[in-house]
Amino acid sequence: MAPVLSLRNLTVEIPTRHGVLRPVDSVSYDIVAGEILGVVGESGAGKSMAGNAVIGLLNRPARITGGEVWLNGARIDNLPPEGLRKLRGKRIGMVFQDPLTSLNPLLTVGDQIAETILEHLPVSRAEARERAIAALEEVGIPAARDRVDSYPHAFSGGMRQRVVIALALCAEPDLVIADEPTTALDVSVQAQIIVLLKRLCRERGTAVMLVTHDMGVIAEAADRVAVMYAGRLAEIGPVADVIQHPRHPYTAGLMGSTPGASQGQARLTQIPGAMPRLDAMPPGCAFHPRCPRRGPGCDIDPPPVRAPDARAACHYPLTVAEDVTA
Amino acid sequence: MADLPRTGTPAPAAPGRLRKAWDSDIVWSFRHAPVAVVSLVVVTLMVLAAVFAPLIAPYDPFDPGTLNLMNGFTPPMEPNAFTGDTFWLGTDDQGRDVFSTILFGLRISLFVGFMAVALAMVLGITLGLLAGYLGGWVDTIIMRVADVQLTFPAILVAMLIFGVAKGITPPELRNEVAIWVLILAIGLSDWVQFARVVRGATLVEKSRDYVAAARLIGRGSGAIMLRHILPNVLSPVLVIATISLALAIIAEATLSFLGIGAPPTQPSLGTLIRIGQGFLFSGEWWILLFPAATLLALALAVNLLGDWLRDALNPRLR
Amino acid sequence: MKDTESPALVRVRNLTRVFDVSKPWLNRVLERLPRALLTAVSDVSFDIPEKGVYALVGESGSGKSTIGKMIVGLLPPSDGSVLIRDTDLATERDPARIAAARSEIQMIFQDPYASLNPRWRVRDIIAEPVTARGGDASGLAERLLEQVGLAARDAGKYPHEFSGGQRQRICIARALAANPKLIVCDEPTSALDVSVQAQVLNLMSDLKDEFGLTYLFISHDLTVVRHMADTIGVLYLGRLVEEAPAEALFDNPRHPYTRMLFAAAPRMDAFGREVEPPKGEIPDPINPPPGCAFHPRCPIAVDRCRAERPEMRRLGNARVACHLAE
Repeated sequence: MAPVLSLRNLTVEIPTRHGVLRPVDSVSYDIVAGEILGVVGESGAGKSMAGNAVIGLLNRPARITGGEVWLNGARIDNLPPEGLRKLRGKRIGMVFQDPLTSLNPLLTVGDQIAETILEHLPVSRAEARERAIAALEEVGIPAARDRVDSYPHAFSGGMRQRVVIALALCAEPDLVIADEPTTALDVSVQAQIIVLLKRLCRERGTAVMLVTHDMGVIAEAADRVAVMYAGRLAEIGPVADVIQHPRHPYTAGLMGSTPGASQGQARLTQIPGAMPRLDAMPPGCAFHPRCPRRGPGCDIDPPPVRAPDARAACHYPLTVAEDVTA
Repeated sequence: MADLPRTGTPAPAAPGRLRKAWDSDIVWSFRHAPVAVVSLVVVTLMVLAAVFAPLIAPYDPFDPGTLNLMNGFTPPMEPNAFTGDTFWLGTDDQGRDVFSTILFGLRISLFVGFMAVALAMVLGITLGLLAGYLGGWVDTIIMRVADVQLTFPAILVAMLIFGVAKGITPPELRNEVAIWVLILAIGLSDWVQFARVVRGATLVEKSRDYVAAARLIGRGSGAIMLRHILPNVLSPVLVIATISLALAIIAEATLSFLGIGAPPTQPSLGTLIRIGQGFLFSGEWWILLFPAATLLALALAVNLLGDWLRDALNPRLR
Repeated sequence: MKDTESPALVRVRNLTRVFDVSKPWLNRVLERLPRALLTAVSDVSFDIPEKGVYALVGESGSGKSTIGKMIVGLLPPSDGSVLIRDTDLATERDPARIAAARSEIQMIFQDPYASLNPRWRVRDIIAEPVTARGGDASGLAERLLEQVGLAARDAGKYPHEFSGGQRQRICIARALAANPKLIVCDEPTSALDVSVQAQVLNLMSDLKDEFGLTYLFISHDLTVVRHMADTIGVLYLGRLVEEAPAEALFDNPRHPYTRMLFAAAPRMDAFGREVEPPKGEIPDPINPPPGCAFHPRCPIAVDRCRAERPEMRRLGNARVACHLAE
């Protein structure tokens, strides 16, 4: 199956007076139709920046300086801003952490959804409104027909995020980029939103890039997971394999640090130190100063992700024999 | 951008404090803002000229012994018809050297400006801190007084204070205290914006957890306001202070121009302009033009400096 | 109550806090609005045993942070009492006893970027609990910095030179400087990345043993709470609905809300789990439902739950506020 979204060595750079920072460094991955790819990493890993680069929402002076982004076989990273704007909403839907940033407080939710439908689909105004109501019903807004003319502030946080999802999906996009969609929500509401996102994308065959810092959310929602570290891809693979049988020492450390993943342990596994700052990136593998498995060459060559079977960008990945079954 | 690690410190291992300061963001932004550099040079030169006026000025314009009435109305850079003396910027009706009077006028203007802003700052910061931190009726009273004062034009408030002060000082002391009354009048008309900004910043800082931590430690309100909150609300004050300085200098000039400011025995730039405008139509343009140009250059430079400072200290515009 | 068991350091009795969230007086008169009162905490009682770790969990609006603030004395209770040993901070008049009780409690806050004064050097920040009382603090900051895993030379730096995790260590050092018995930790790691969270949690465990500390741990994260706590209290809309020893609670949650919370929490081994998400959202705390506040979302609610508020009752080693739990 041809991928809906394909990143090829995507690189984003920020020129500063202290030198050029590279928050995203040669990242490559594909997402196929109906698949949810979880992009996980700690703050500063570049996971959000990669998503923003795909939809052309990088804040100046950050810009794409290398690599390619393909959407359904067409290259989109070199499109002019106007072309990218048309893609957003029509071909790519977006869900952000704070629902209020995606909703216009001065327009009713029905008008906002109808507006997007009208802009991207050839339908009449009356039909757009009907579709907006249907979209709200589909995301589980109770009494959608009565609430279609309400303003965003009249909805609770969880309901707002449902509206945003309806808005993201109403023009039937090929790809949805969800950046920390549940981080601001309570646990019970988070579970609802995850189930909703999963169901809608399955049904419509929408590809999803789910960006989050929460391994639990990834485990629940994603089919495959890409683990990012210091702007680079550390490991990518099917979610159960990566979580239960990590190959990259960073992924393994991350799993050990998560309290839920290592039950009954008196102490959590620690990764010493912290992620390097962008202006102090170590040579070679960015993880080597913290890595328990580092060996010769780690501080010289950045390891590539070895295709096709290997998943980890590591010179000395964990082997099957070393699996720590969670 | 939220995803980036914070880049607080510049390049590692900067040798020495001076080198570090030179490399700091604020200095870097200054070095790359030519308008700010030129403004700072102008302001610095004027302040130095004012401070050292007695040493720089070729004449003492207020020593009757050195004045020669014959030198009156000498145009700039031309020898006087009677005495043959030449003055860079000419002389006024009494034969006083305009360049020297400007230097001394600048001294008065800057002194009044700085002192007035200092007064407004002390008053505004204190009241703003109290209003913001204590809240309740203290806040209500202070801010309502501020609101009422804002409905009057600043110059009107200054005139009012000036008038009251003039009424209660004995006539023989009026010239002595005139400068201080001027400072009081301008300072009192200008504290409101300091108070408002400080109050707003205090409300933000007060809700931060480091203040809660200080309360837990058992710090009293006074210590929290002075030691914890005050240092964190000063950067917007710096911007306002700079822009206020320009406004205070102009306010002083306006009051003096109206004849209710600095007395003729201690003329400020405003007094000089008032004297000068009487001669504008009789052809002695230099008596007005040079003090006015000095005032304009000073106010403009201070204002531009304030504008730059506001942008440099605003992280969102960087 | 566990009054007969290990001596309680903190006794919370019928603690209640009501906030007046009405509009200003003039608006109320003009718009004919009633006074709006928000009961953030209602009739909460529990004991924190000496050298124990008591955790309060709950979603937003559960009142967990408000309880923490009342225990440390940052907020006076509307009703009920907090007894530190035998001193009630809200009613005690003897300043010496207040000072003595105060010095036994410290707090660690959620946001490490807001809880350190940005204009102070780390040395002065850490030593403040001692210098504020006029004590001699020479060398104290350096010693404590090393104790929390930082370097003594960091004492001369400013907070902005540290990462989030390091700042949280500084906060811990400041709390320790006061030589406290109880540390109230309000979401101490929820602003931190997973690997950093592991470091901080481990540090807190170590310090607890070393200094004989008692923790009140406030969190929304069940995995963190399970890892840290001896006893867990579950809050819903300002009321304690269940309290049990940690393992007992996770093995056998008795209150329907606790069960819902556990079911909704993302699990690391739940790949592709298709579960029915919990119903509904947290109600408006200004107009809570009558009877048991959870009844509109409760799968087993009966008529009695809608009419009568359940009292806390003891079931084995747990306390549950539910008519039907057994």
